[in-house]
Amino acid sequence: MYEFDIKAPSKLGKVVRKLKKDEDAVVLGGGQTLIPTLKQRLAAPSQLISLAKIDKLKGISSDNGVVTIGASTVHADVAADGAIPALSALAGGIGDPSVRNRGTIGGSLANNDPSACYPAGALGLGATIVTTDRKIAADDYFRGLFETALEGAEIITAIEFPVPDKAAYVKFDQPASRFALVGVFVSRTGSDVRVAVTGASESGVFRWAEAEAALAANFAPEALEGMTPSGDMIGDIHGSPEYRAHLVGVMARRAVAAC
Amino acid sequence: MTQVSMTVNGKAVSAPAEGRSLLSTYLREALQLTGTHVGCDTGQCGACTVHVNGKMVKSCNMFATEADGAEITTVEGMANGDGSLGVIQQAFQDHHGLQCGFCTPGMVMAAAALLKDNPKPSEAEVRAHLSGNLCRCTGYHNIVKSIMAASGQDVAAVAAE
Ligand SMILES: Cc1cc2nc3c(=O)[nH]c(=O)nc-3n(C[C@H](O)[C@H](O)[C@H](O)COP(=O)(O)OP(=O)(O)OC[C@H]3O[C@@H](n4cnc5c(N)ncnc54)[C@H](O)[C@@H]3O)c2cc1C
Ligand code: FES
Ligand code: FES
Repeated sequence: MYEFDIKAPSKLGKVVRKLKKDEDAVVLGGGQTLIPTLKQRLAAPSQLISLAKIDKLKGISSDNGVVTIGASTVHADVAADGAIPALSALAGGIGDPSVRNRGTIGGSLANNDPSACYPAGALGLGATIVTTDRKIAADDYFRGLFETALEGAEIITAIEFPVPDKAAYVKFDQPASRFALVGVFVSRTGSDVRVAVTGASESGVFRWAEAEAALAANFAPEALEGMTPSGDMIGDIHGSPEYRAHLVGVMARRAVAAC
Repeated sequence: MTQVSMTVNGKAVSAPAEGRSLLSTYLREALQLTGTHVGCDTGQCGACTVHVNGKMVKSCNMFATEADGAEITTVEGMANGDGSLGVIQQAFQDHHGLQCGFCTPGMVMAAAALLKDNPKPSEAEVRAHLSGNLCRCTGYHNIVKSIMAASGQDVAAVAAE
């Protein structure tokens, strides 16, 4: 790692001021992605500004059919919470127990790894990403591989999840890393159906519109029989594009069956 | 360098650390507690697992300064007061839960974290809990068996010998 200092202010305003003053400063969440990146010298920040001491970014609350999760809430705490069981199951399936004790929902959504689980949860539930500057609908937030709508010194403070009638997330683990080789999050709220797919597309997490239409007409696994998504799928040593496209259909049917 | 202070295995300690110093480096180099092993240094293998405020974490994936003021337990803290092996360590010896021993400190710390929350885990729960702790030697069977035995369960029928 290159040299840097770590600061841990106890006020969010101070974090933002530091980021605005120094464009080479980087926010530190749980470090589960950032620290391995720094070790590979893929980044050379002047300083890390940790969110760890800002207590108001931690915790989960429910109000009026909306579950609000603070950005610094670790995966283990979301897993232990039952307000949206499908989301808790998703959090409980991330990585391993040590990663879940440190990694945060805000860090995961800011990073937007194309194989990460939370992007599928946020898009599949129609969540709202709350930042220091504004509120961003999940539909407008994800912009491709590792790309989001976040601007320079903008920090995610919380994520608001509407409680669905039914939802499930099913992922096919990439067994070495336990990231999603393919993961599909399905939710139904009234007549509104959402199908969000992670791990598959060259453009990052996406909503599978054809599957949503088919499920709106008939919310059953059979409605997706023989369907695979169009568009460019990821091909790597873990699976070809054709294999991933096939897996999307299988995971989607399993997710509907689990709803 | 900043002075970083924490409680390690019940003892107050303090040593200087750089911003980029990992908790694993601080434990091994500043405190000379070399029981915590560094296997991959990428957050994948779990050999460096310690407890921070009672939760298992990979000490190579956390900065030393982030542990300032925390309570840390390392494998050195798992032995009994008289220096004899603790229950989990003894079970690993009795059931051949190690071969080269490189992964063992992490396995013991992972086991301790599991048994604190789930005193009688099933075999499947033990295996799921070890998903971030890799072993290149044993094939895991005897590690699972050791952890089941440490929880006081009959392991005659568990996994292979
Ligand atoms: C072994 C291993 C297995 C894993 N398996 C999975 C898996 O199965 N599924 C999965 O989804 N993920 C997995 N992960 C990734 C894990 O979920 C990380 O916790 C997550 O990607 C990043 O969260 P973090 O809090 O650690 O963020 P950090 O690593 O601290 O930060 C990541 C990025 O986000 C930025 N950032 C952090 N917080 C904020 C914020 N509040 N606002 C704005 N920007 C911010 C940082 O500047 C940095 O660029 C795994 C990681 C490891 C090491
Ligand atoms: S050395 Fe820390 S996870 Fe491998
Ligand atoms: S005993 Fe050798 S790595 Fe586990």
